[in-house]
Parts: sequence; structure tokens; C-alpha cells
Amino acid sequence: MDAAGKSLLRLVTAGSVDDGKSTLIGRILFETRSIFEDQLAAVRRTSERKGLAETDLALLLDGLAAEREQGITIDVAYRYFETPRRKFIIADCPGHVQYTRNMVTGASTAECALVLLDARAGVLTQSKRHGFLASLLGIPHLVVVVNKMDLVDYAEAAFERIREDYARFAQRLDIPDLVFIPVSALKGDNVAAPSPAMPWFGGPALLHHLETLHVPPDRNLVDFRFPVQAVLRPDASFRGFAGRVASGTIRPGEEVMALPSGALSRIQAISTYDGALEEAFAPQSVVLTLTDEIDVSRGDMLVRRNNLPQVTRALEAMLCWMDEAPMRTGVHYLLKHTTRTARAFISRVLYRIDPDTLHREPVPALGFNDIGRVEVQTALPLFVDPYKANHATGSFILIDPEGNRTVAAGMIRAAGTPRSALAAAGLGRERGAVLWFTGLSGSGKTTLARALEKRLLEAGRAAVVLDGDLLREGLCQDLGFSVADRDENIRRAGEVARLFFETGHIVLCAFISPFRAHRAQVRSRFPAGSFLEAHVRCSLEACRKRDPKGLYGRADTGGIPSFTGLGSPYEPPEAPEITLDTESAGVEELVDGLWDRLLSLARLP
Amino acid sequence: MSSYLLSHLDLLESEGIHIIREAVAEARNPVMLYSVGKDSSVMVRLAMKAFHPGPIPFPLLHVDTGYKFPEMYEFRDRFCASAGLRLLVEGNSEARAKGTHPGIVGPDACCAQLKTAALLQALAKHGFDMALGGARREEEKSRAKERIFSFRDRFGQWDPKNQRPELWALYNTRMGEGESVRVFPLSNWTEVDIWRYIQREAIPVVPLYFAHERQVIRRKGILIPVTDGQTGPEPVETQRCRFRSLGCVPCTGAVASDAATVEDIIREVASARKSERENRVIDLTGDASMEQKKKEGYF
Repeated sequence: MDAAGKSLLRLVTAGSVDDGKSTLIGRILFETRSIFEDQLAAVRRTSERKGLAETDLALLLDGLAAEREQGITIDVAYRYFETPRRKFIIADCPGHVQYTRNMVTGASTAECALVLLDARAGVLTQSKRHGFLASLLGIPHLVVVVNKMDLVDYAEAAFERIREDYARFAQRLDIPDLVFIPVSALKGDNVAAPSPAMPWFGGPALLHHLETLHVPPDRNLVDFRFPVQAVLRPDASFRGFAGRVASGTIRPGEEVMALPSGALSRIQAISTYDGALEEAFAPQSVVLTLTDEIDVSRGDMLVRRNNLPQVTRALEAMLCWMDEAPMRTGVHYLLKHTTRTARAFISRVLYRIDPDTLHREPVPALGFNDIGRVEVQTALPLFVDPYKANHATGSFILIDPEGNRTVAAGMIRAAGTPRSALAAAGLGRERGAVLWFTGLSGSGKTTLARALEKRLLEAGRAAVVLDGDLLREGLCQDLGFSVADRDENIRRAGEVARLFFETGHIVLCAFISPFRAHRAQVRSRFPAGSFLEAHVRCSLEACRKRDPKGLYGRADTGGIPSFTGLGSPYEPPEAPEITLDTESAGVEELVDGLWDRLLSLARLP
Repeated sequence: MSSYLLSHLDLLESEGIHIIREAVAEARNPVMLYSVGKDSSVMVRLAMKAFHPGPIPFPLLHVDTGYKFPEMYEFRDRFCASAGLRLLVEGNSEARAKGTHPGIVGPDACCAQLKTAALLQALAKHGFDMALGGARREEEKSRAKERIFSFRDRFGQWDPKNQRPELWALYNTRMGEGESVRVFPLSNWTEVDIWRYIQREAIPVVPLYFAHERQVIRRKGILIPVTDGQTGPEPVETQRCRFRSLGCVPCTGAVASDAATVEDIIREVASARKSERENRVIDLTGDASMEQKKKEGYF
């Protein structure tokens, strides 16, 4: 390290409203002389104008006009201070509005999290959420700053109670280093120097702790990963690969493998503006030259052949949804991972995690500020490691290709099971839809579904019909007609429909599906708006008259005990999206109407 | 066996190079905004390092108000020529022909015409979609909230309440037709980091940064240099001073200083009791003046 150099520590701060976070940061900036006289004078003037007894250091931090007007903090702000040994970057996250999005953003680059809480209020739900997010983002150091100790008479008991409560909660988190420090940000106790008001506290003052934390302990120096940012070819004699070492180390002469090609070569030199290096390591930005002319371009990765990342087009990841518009399954997003951008879609939401209880809940999709585990399929292979082992190759963002908004942040847990080639081929180009025909046996469900399928296929649109006969012949041949078996039959039909839906198919499901609860269960597996329930209405008399399969006849003679409409009830939909009356209208007329409904929903040609 | 330690300057440098390469890899037509100041000098050095041994694969653009210090023009032309850099100089010639001057229309209106409008015109004229700039988050409070890759709409405007979340080192560079992205590779640098890096790398800077005896007048506590015989009602005095940041002659004050070398400046800045932009007349016109300018398209 050069003489002018210091070590660098990136912090993220989080606190609930009124925990005094701005005051603490203001205090740290003040104590480290990172506040200037002209700035301080402005804050003093404002404090006096507001009639405050002490200068409100928090006023230093609100950067935007709207924040000063509304007295709220809108967005993550970055602050800088340094001590003789170390430079610090603080990502200062507002505690209330959109706190998840903001804290995840701030935490993504942090090595240490400061979670503030109010000594009077104790451990709030919000404080637990902050700890959960720090753990989720893999921050190794968590400092719980118990603030406003001056308002509890600097009582050790108040601090101890909070420490025990929080430590008990934190046992369920993945945080290797958890430290508690009692402070008064307003008075400065235990911020820059040990407080004489709290002689019972044997630990270090906050700044001393931050200055001596051992970082970066989490940097991965084992697994060499070099995502190629650009190929430099200034003239015929030089061809180098520019990039930042994501993890691990590399030396000239070592063998490397290029992904995805699998081609092998050796490092010829590590070239930089300041001369060739004997060794490069994370996170240096360098240029690598190879001894062979192998095909490597931006988005490829250089690795060691005996230490490979997973090469996969399917991921399981914890996803934090950051967009106000909820997640949509079955449409494509852009996924950026290292220097590679691929089309991707979310094929399944395994569960959402409740940040307060850490319980898992099944949901069809994630909404704004939700965190959950998902399966993602990508159009190109990615070279991934679990986030826990390697933040740089274990993280990704999702971008909405239409508005270009960053909609989600993902932390890879594992490479998933790849879906069929069908999935990749139909990937995201077309929006899927599910039309669920329900009605009595003989009402005309399959006839309508087949007619519509023919029309869709003729128009070049991927469509498929699923009906009871088809499924019961194979997938569901183990099932009978009890309520439980019928439930399972419909559940399986819904799952099959979902697989087709995810690949952009229009899925036409023709099932008697007599029970509302079963239909509602299937509906919940699809994004809102993509599942249409079509009630195929026909009187029992007319159905009995049609009786295409002779089932009514068999039922009447006792051959089918719980036949819908006879021995077993049919619960008509209460609010179907579509009603098709097959007694009064012909097939073509009804299919015309269905086509119109699908036009806007599934972007038909 | 190496200890694999990197100093904060090494880390800032590596981050800056990574950002510049990402911008160039994903832009259609990138450009680097060059203001002739110390931050620009550092940014150009990072760009050289990013593409070494090749040349910098984009031009530099100086949005010139015509009111810069003569020393800045001299330094600019010499520096760009010696480093073999492609320099474009653009300005709002229409407004300049009309005689737009801070003394006449006020500093804010002058900046709007000669800087903001000129920048937007220049970006449109050349079709630049991604512009690298040397702004730092530490400089000013609204900049503390700006992204490294900062999206601008078709009018070049910044919407501080609707910024894209920016995570890890994964930058969303996507934009639609007519939209643009400003990129700030020095986001995490402070003033003293800039000077330490200038020292470590022996980067040339405009001599105005170093203390000299200069003819000045005092206005609202700011030392205004006397140039071309221009003075106000205030008496002219001789003061040993330097410029902490550089801008246009009418709006840039000097600070009393004895710092004649980079080492002196580092010592001075590290113990400074006033902020870096204390001498900038343009930032003092309103509590939110920088934010307002940025919303309109200013850097």
C-alpha cells in the first residue's frame, strides 16, 4: 500500500424514523472534521431560526429540495469521511419510504452495516428487517447502535435488554460479526471517544470500532473469475482482454479456460498503464493477454479449468423486487450478470419471505419491496457462483426491456434445473395466456377450445389444448373422481398449463372443474390478467341430450357414482371473465368473441 | 506472498476504470466531458489506463463559455496535444453573440445559456448518448444522491425522485431513443483523494491551483481576480491566493493560500475548514441552485 493510501470501508446505515440516524451521521462527520465551516454555519442559522436548543446536525444531510420541503429523506445518499487510517463511504438509507429498495441498494456494496435503534423504543420490527436485509446481502459485520442513551439516563439495563432481544433474533440470521454499542449521537457519547457517562460499557467507541474492523475478510481470493469487459486491439500486434478481477488471483503462465467456449490458453502477461504485473487479484482492473488466439469477447469469462463456476441457463435466487409495477411471470426481462446481459424470465416464485417473522409464504408473484425465492430461466448460459461464496458472480439485476427500469436485484442460491429447449425457443417473445373453460360434461368446452386452437395456430401463435381426457389418460391415470382426486387432477392441470404459459403459449384448458375453490387455486398460480375463466353455459337437459361420450347414460345406470350435475354438484363461476352460451350461439360466433378478448391480452398478430 | 491489500486510491482507481470501460462497452457513441479542471485531469488519466496500450476510444468535449481563464485555454490545448487526445470545443455561439454575461443576465441565467443549453446542443449535434463527467458526490448535497450511471430523459433532464436503483457494480446503461446517460467515474472520490492521486500519478494540472500573488478585489468575502482591467467599485489589493476549483472568470473566486505545491494543497485541503465550492459564486444563488441546474440538464 502506498504512503498516501488508506484502507477503505464501505458502510450502510439504516434506522427507523426518529432513531436519530441523521444526527449520528452528522455527529460522525463533525467529529472527523468532514463538515466545513460554511456548511456548519448554514445549519446553525437554520437551527436558530427553528428555535432549537442545539445545532441540528441532521440538517446537513437532506440534499434535495423536496426533502427539505417535506422533511423526509427520499433516496440513498453517499457520504464520505476519513480518519488518519481509513477512508469511509457511507450509503445512508432512509428508514421509511421504500426502505427495502433503498437499503438493498445501499447494502449491495457495503462491508459493514450500522443499524440504529432508539434505547427507549427497544427492538422494533423495522430494526429486525434491517438486520435481515444486511444478512440477505451478505454483509459480514453488523453494528447495532443503541442511540439516545441520554434519554434513558445511560442505564446499562436498558442497553442489556435490547442487546439480548436483538441477539436472540439475530441467531436466525447469517451474520458472523455482531456488535452492540450504546451511544448518544446528540451529545456525542461513545461516538468518537468512550463516554464517561457509561463507564459500565467495556467496548470501543463507534469510530474506533469502525476504524479497526478487519476488512475485507469477505473478499474471495480463491476462485479466479475474470468477466471480460472489452477486447482491446489497438494494432495487429496486441490483443488483450480488459476487465476487473471479480475474485481470485492470476499470474502469467497460468492456464485459463474461456467460457462459454471452453477453449484453453495461458496468461501471457498482465498488462497495465503502469507496467506489467507479476500477479493480479480482486478487485484490480487489468488487461490480460493470452498465448493463443482463442475466441473471447465481452460477456465471456476467463477461469481456471479445475475451478469452474456453474454454467447454466436456470437459476434459483433470492430476488428483491424494486419496481412499483409488480413482477410478471411469462414475459421477458433483461438480466445483467457480470458483463453479460441475457433475456430472462421468472418461471416460478417458490415463496415470499416475511421480513418480520422470516416465515415463507406462497405467492404467485412478488410486488414492490417484496423479497422471495424464485426460479429464473435465461436465453444465454451464465457463469455463476452462489452469492454467499462470491458476490461478484452471484449477483444480478433485472431490467424491464420496455421502460428500461431496474426492477429487481437477485442473489443466486444455486444453479437451477434447466427447462426444455422449448422454453428457450419460445422465450418471452410472446405473452402467454390461460383460458380456463369450465362447465358441465357435454357443454362444449373441448369443442370450443379445439376451434380456437386451430384459429390461433393458423395465425402462427403457439397454442395448446389441455382437457380432462388428455390428462387422465396419462399424467393423472392414478386419480379417481373423489373430491380429493378431482382437486389433485385440477392442480396438475394448472401446473401443466403453467409450464406452457411460461413459454409464451396460449393455453386452452377444458375441464369440468366443478368446484370454485379448485379453480381459484389454479387462478392464483398465474399473474393477474393472464388467466381468464370462461363459463361454458348449457343446461343439464341440453348436455344430456348431446351426451357425446355416452357418459350421462352410464351415470344414469349407476356406472359413474359422482357424476357432475347428477351425483355431484357443479358450482358455476360467480364472476367469470367470459360467459359462453352454447345453447344460443354457434361455435364460430363464440370463437370470434374469444379471439377479440385474447387480442389485447396476448398480443395476437 | 503478497498481502493482497489495496489502498483506497487503488480501489477508487480500479472502480473508475471499470466504470469507464462499462460505459464505452455499452454506449453507441460515448464522449468525455472535459472541463480543464483537476477532476477532468484525473478522469482523463483513468481513461488512459482503462484502454492502455490503446488510445482513448472517444473524444473529449469542452463546453466552452468563452469566459474561462487564459491559463485554462493554454493548458487545455497543450495538454490535449501532448497526450494525443481528440478534443471537441463547443459553445452556445448564439447566446455569446448576444453578449450573455453573468454581470448582465445574472449567474443563473448565464449558466443556463452558456453551460446547460450549450451542453445539450453539443450532445445533440454529435449524437452522443453517453457522457462521462468528473462530478463527485462529495462536492454538493444534491450530487450525494446521484447515481454513477445517471439517466436523463429526452430533454436532458434529471429526475431525482425517480432514479434507477444501482446495485453492486451492475450498471443499467439502457436508454430509449433520444435519451441519454451521464456517467460519473469519480463519484466516490473526495477533493483530497483527487489531490493525493494527482500527486501519486504526477498528473499535470492548471497552474491556477497553486498559490501566487494576484491582484484581487473582495466581494461578499470572495476574492475576485482582476483580469483585463475589469474591476468593480471595491479597491484592488494584492493577495497571495489560489483557486480551489476552476470555472468562469467572473464567477470564480480565489482563496487566500500559501499552498504552492501539490503536497501543500493536500495538507491544506485535509485540514480545510471551508467546503470546496466556497469560492463559486454560482452555487450561492439559492439553497437548491445546483439541484435546479441539474434537473435542467447541467452536469
